[in-house]
Amino acid sequence: MAQKEKDALSGVETTGHEWDGLRELNNPLPKWWLYIFYVCIAWALVYYVLYPAWPLGKTYTKGLLGYSQREEIVAKLAEGKKAQEKYLTAIAAKSVDDIQKDKDLLAFAMAGGRSYFNENCAACHGAGGQGAKGFPTLADDVWLWGGTTADIYKTIQHGIRSDDADTRGTPGSGMTAFGRDGILKPEQINQVAEYVLSLNKRSTDAAAAEKGKAVFDENCAACHGDKAQGSLAAGMDVGAPPLVQANWLYGADKATIVQTVTNGRAGVMPAWSKRLDDATIKSLAVYVHNLGGGK
Amino acid sequence: MSTSTDIKPSKGQAPTAQSPADTTPGAEALTAAPPKAQRRASRSMYQKHSKVYPKAVSGTFRRLKWTALAVLLAIYYVLPWIRWDRGPNAPDQAVLLDLANRRFYLFVVELWPQQIYYLTGALILAALGLFLATSLAGRVWCGYACPQTVWTDLYVWVERLVEGDRGERIRLDQGPWTARKLGRKALKNLIWLLIAAATGGAWIFYFTDAPTLLGELARFEASSTAVGFIALFTGTTYLLAGFAREQVCTYMCPWPRFQSAMIDEDSLIVTYQDWRGEGRSLMRKSQSWEERKAEGLGDCIDCFNCVQVCPAGIDIRDGLQMQCIGCGLCVDACDEIMTKVGRPTGLIKFDTQTNQVALATTGQPAPTHLIRPRTILYSMMMLVIAGAIAIGLVLKPGLDISVLRDRAPLFVTLADGTVRNAYTFKISNMTRDPRDYTLAVAGLTGARIAVAGEEQEDQETQQRLTAAPDMVATYRIFVTAPRSSLQGASQPLTFRLTSANGETATYESVFMGPAN
Repeated sequence: MAQKEKDALSGVETTGHEWDGLRELNNPLPKWWLYIFYVCIAWALVYYVLYPAWPLGKTYTKGLLGYSQREEIVAKLAEGKKAQEKYLTAIAAKSVDDIQKDKDLLAFAMAGGRSYFNENCAACHGAGGQGAKGFPTLADDVWLWGGTTADIYKTIQHGIRSDDADTRGTPGSGMTAFGRDGILKPEQINQVAEYVLSLNKRSTDAAAAEKGKAVFDENCAACHGDKAQGSLAAGMDVGAPPLVQANWLYGADKATIVQTVTNGRAGVMPAWSKRLDDATIKSLAVYVHNLGGGK
Repeated sequence: MSTSTDIKPSKGQAPTAQSPADTTPGAEALTAAPPKAQRRASRSMYQKHSKVYPKAVSGTFRRLKWTALAVLLAIYYVLPWIRWDRGPNAPDQAVLLDLANRRFYLFVVELWPQQIYYLTGALILAALGLFLATSLAGRVWCGYACPQTVWTDLYVWVERLVEGDRGERIRLDQGPWTARKLGRKALKNLIWLLIAAATGGAWIFYFTDAPTLLGELARFEASSTAVGFIALFTGTTYLLAGFAREQVCTYMCPWPRFQSAMIDEDSLIVTYQDWRGEGRSLMRKSQSWEERKAEGLGDCIDCFNCVQVCPAGIDIRDGLQMQCIGCGLCVDACDEIMTKVGRPTGLIKFDTQTNQVALATTGQPAPTHLIRPRTILYSMMMLVIAGAIAIGLVLKPGLDISVLRDRAPLFVTLADGTVRNAYTFKISNMTRDPRDYTLAVAGLTGARIAVAGEEQEDQETQQRLTAAPDMVATYRIFVTAPRSSLQGASQPLTFRLTSANGETATYESVFMGPAN
């Protein structure tokens, strides 16, 4: 046996290892600690036998207990669905307005509607219904097709200018391309754009704006209303936005207005009744109605 | 004390061993000598566990230890049963950590989750208390108050009752497995398990209504969580107090590893007065103390009583050691012997290292400085923290609000050009009564408030809100302001909520609009 070496200062035996003059002292680990390590190994072996452990190409060792996290999550999802069932039945049976009156149902529909919205609607309308150019903000108070619960429900169900038989707006319809189709001359388009700006007190050419009124009455008022109050306020169901307001779907500057008048606009939205069940659509209607702009 | 490293640069050369005689006796007391157990013949990477059989002892410190044990165990077992009337619809348990309902009840104090910082304060206070106690009197926490010490002491007491004192226990363990041995061991372990179960049971009483849970336990109706936790704490108590004992202190607990940073030369620590005791030697009847002294022998008669009573199984005569829990039982043991042999007591005593060096070198005692910068600093810090906690608890409001601004959309422009922001508004009503509040905003000219989902979403300068007792009420608030009152993309907005009886809470948020 090698000569025992002791550290002079502490009197502790060294392991014989030395690095740059520093010697490692042998302060031994208690034996029972070593035994715990062995117990852990034994535990691991038992675990291998009882639980899924080793990958085998496309499969794996299943373990004697047959435990599976996937099955567990499937069971939990089924459990969750079952817990949701009574709410979903009630939501399917009631009108959107009645759902809003029931506090429990409202909370349930809001929570569900939020996740359905993020899954299906936020791609165009943005998170929280914040909207984007050409895709209406759902949190504001401007509605092209109506902001009541019934309107929103109907819009989600059947879409806008969609392939659904009950769609809102005629498929293929939309705002006429007054410039491209040669109905209005560029000069007239300039005049009507100035007129629309003047309604919002932003016109820089009063003379053109004055001439534009005639152009507007002749070409635009049919859909946008005689006071440019929008088709909804004028009692029509064609989705023409009010033009006297601060919230513009495509842009409020003159260039955009000229472009809009020249080429027309036609927003579309798919009908969701083919993809989502009634309770989901009602939940969405409740959620959208409560974003802040519901009428 | 065994972590210092030999810094001799010579490679592969056996260090020249320094004889302990080279150092002065006083200095030797400061440099802790290694435990004998580590000076072994063969080199092993693992240390065999040798069971400690603490012998019964009586004396001042043993009485102190019994008192501490009785008081601490009484507090632990009785506290959950103290009732405290908080009025209807509130638990009447004085100390209740209601995790399910997210409330902590401590007598008059009731804490909500967002006030968990009081726990931080309490932990800091506890740490500073530990530092202060250690700098004053060494590891008194370890020796008297630590649950590991208290339960180990209790378990050793049971062991002694059933199996007898040290000698009998050693003989029993070394002897063959007889019916008597089996009976004794079975009885001891049964009592241990009962104590462990009571410990585990008492633990969960802190987290749920104690009488209700006891009833459920008696009828075998308790939840599996409750039973599981009882089993867990039963198991750990039984293992740690019954078998692991001093191994917990030596190998598992971090505290002994940095205790040397907490004590200094003015701390009262358990000390063997080696200048008086060495050279130790058995006493011969024929020899008088004068003759012993003339022979160069000290007061220590090498009776090993101090070693036999030690719950950590160490020899205090080896000096300050990491394993020493500072319980002072060796002091009692030695005093008893010194009295018997007619020498002054205090050969082993709580003393400062300064005093020991002074006594060893000059023979004159040095003054004890219990009040010194370190202890003053710890005390001051404790006072500050305790004061802050006390002031916080006294002024603790019954109302708290939290405002979370919507980020999508950041803001909404309405048809008439005004700008609207939406906020999730939470009112924590920490009182036992339903409350009516008035909400107003400040910092934005012409701002109007609406509450989502209310029958009339009228925009008003003020809104009335309510919150049920002991509940958080959540509202969605819309704030609308004319574009002209915005100073930029973002401006501060203050929410102010006032209750009918005058409590006020404010929250600084922001209002965002289009950048100009």
